[in-house]
Amino acid sequence: MKVSYYPGCTLKNNAKNFEDSALSSLARLGVEVEELPRWNCCGTVFSLAADDTFHQLAPIRILVRARENGSDALLTLCAMCYNTLKRANARVAGDPDEMDKINQFMYREDTQYEGDVRVLHLLELLRNDIGFEDLSAKVVKSLRNLEVASYYGCMLVRPREIGFDDVENPTVLDDLAEALGAEAVDFPFKTECCAAYQTVTDIGAVADRTNQIMGSARVRGAEVIVVSCPLCAFNLDHRQKETVEKYPEFKGLPVLYFTQLLALALGAPVDDLGLDLHYVDPKPLLEEKRLI
Amino acid sequence: MRINISRTKIETEFVKKVEELSGQNLLACYQCGKCSAGCPAVSEMDILPNQIIRYAQLGLKDELLASKSIWVCATCLTCNSRCPKGINIAEVLEALRQILLRKRRDYVGPAELSEEEIGEVPPIALISSLRKFTS
Repeated sequence: MKVSYYPGCTLKNNAKNFEDSALSSLARLGVEVEELPRWNCCGTVFSLAADDTFHQLAPIRILVRARENGSDALLTLCAMCYNTLKRANARVAGDPDEMDKINQFMYREDTQYEGDVRVLHLLELLRNDIGFEDLSAKVVKSLRNLEVASYYGCMLVRPREIGFDDVENPTVLDDLAEALGAEAVDFPFKTECCAAYQTVTDIGAVADRTNQIMGSARVRGAEVIVVSCPLCAFNLDHRQKETVEKYPEFKGLPVLYFTQLLALALGAPVDDLGLDLHYVDPKPLLEEKRLI
Repeated sequence: MRINISRTKIETEFVKKVEELSGQNLLACYQCGKCSAGCPAVSEMDILPNQIIRYAQLGLKDELLASKSIWVCATCLTCNSRCPKGINIAEVLEALRQILLRKRRDYVGPAELSEEEIGEVPPIALISSLRKFTS
C-alpha cells in the first residue's frame, strides 16, 4: 500500500511541530509516506448543506491528487482535514450523480475521480497497521510517570460513520499514551467542543470551554493535554492567556500533539518536537520527568 | 415572548427550504430535548436546539433568522450523534445560516477584523470562521 500524505495549511506554519514530530516518528517506525507534490486547502469544514456540491470540490481535488500520485490511501494528521476529506469522499462515493457533476466541473483534470481513495488518520495507521503492542516494543524512552489527558474534540469522532472509535467514549489516544508508557487520565470533557472557529469572533466562549475542559483534566491529575487538531491546540493552549484574564483562579497545563509524545518515546531528538511553538512551555514538565 | 402560530406559516416556502437545505424531516422530532441537554453552547443560546426544530416545524421564520443560536453553534455535532430519531440538528442550523448567507447577510466581515486579531489566529481558525460565517 502506497500512502500519500496530505498536511493541510496549518501544519505548515502554526502547527509545524505537529508535522515535524509525525514525520520523525513515521521515519523511526519505518513507514514511508510521501507528501502530495501538489495540494490545496480542503476548506477545513465539511459543507453540511444538502445542495452544496461546490464546496465538495476542494477536498475531492485533493483525492484526485492522491490518485495521480499512485496512492490508494491518503494520510492526514489534522482532525479537521481528516473529517472534511473523509466526509466529502463518502458523500460523493454514495451519490453517482453528484460525483458525475463534480467530474464534469473538473473537466480540466486528467483524472476522473471514482471515490476509491481511502482517507486515513495517523491514529488509525498506528492502531490498525502497526498495532499498539508492536509500537510499545519500539519505545526507547518510556513516558513513565507522565499523566496524560487525551482530548479528542469533535472531528476525530463525529459523525459516527466517519470516526474510527466510539463516538461517546473514544480511547485510541489513551491507548496510545499507555503504549508509550504514560498514565492515561480519563476525564468527562474529552469530546466536548473547544468552541472551534468561534475563537476568531468570540474569545470569551473559548475561554469558558478551555476553563472547563482543562480544569476537569487537571482535577483528575493530568499534567499535560494531548490533542490531534491544530484548532483545539490553539484554543486550549494559546487561549489560556484570555482564560486567565476571565477566570483569575484558572491554572493551565501544557498542550502537546500526540505525535510529539510519540516522537519523544521513539527517541527522536528534541529538535524534531518543535517545543518552541507552544504558548504554555512544555519543557519544564518534560525536563522534570527526565524526558528531554 | 408572544409567538403567533398559524397554518399559513407552517405551509410556507421557508419550511420547505429548511427541509431541502438540511435534508432533514423536521416532523420526525418528538421534542425529547436530548440535543439541548448535551449542547456545549446552550448557555449562550436564545432558542435552544430542540426549540429550533419546533420553531422550524411551525415556520417561525422571523424568530429563527434573528436568533443568536444559529451563530453560536460551532457544528460540533454532539446533537446529531445523540438524537434518538436520527435527525441532524446541526444541518438544520446550517440551513438557517445558509438562508441568510445566500442573501449576502454575512455574520463576519473580514474587513472588520483587526490585524492583531487576524495575525494571532492560525489559518485553520480563520478559514473555518469565514467558511461558516460568510457567503
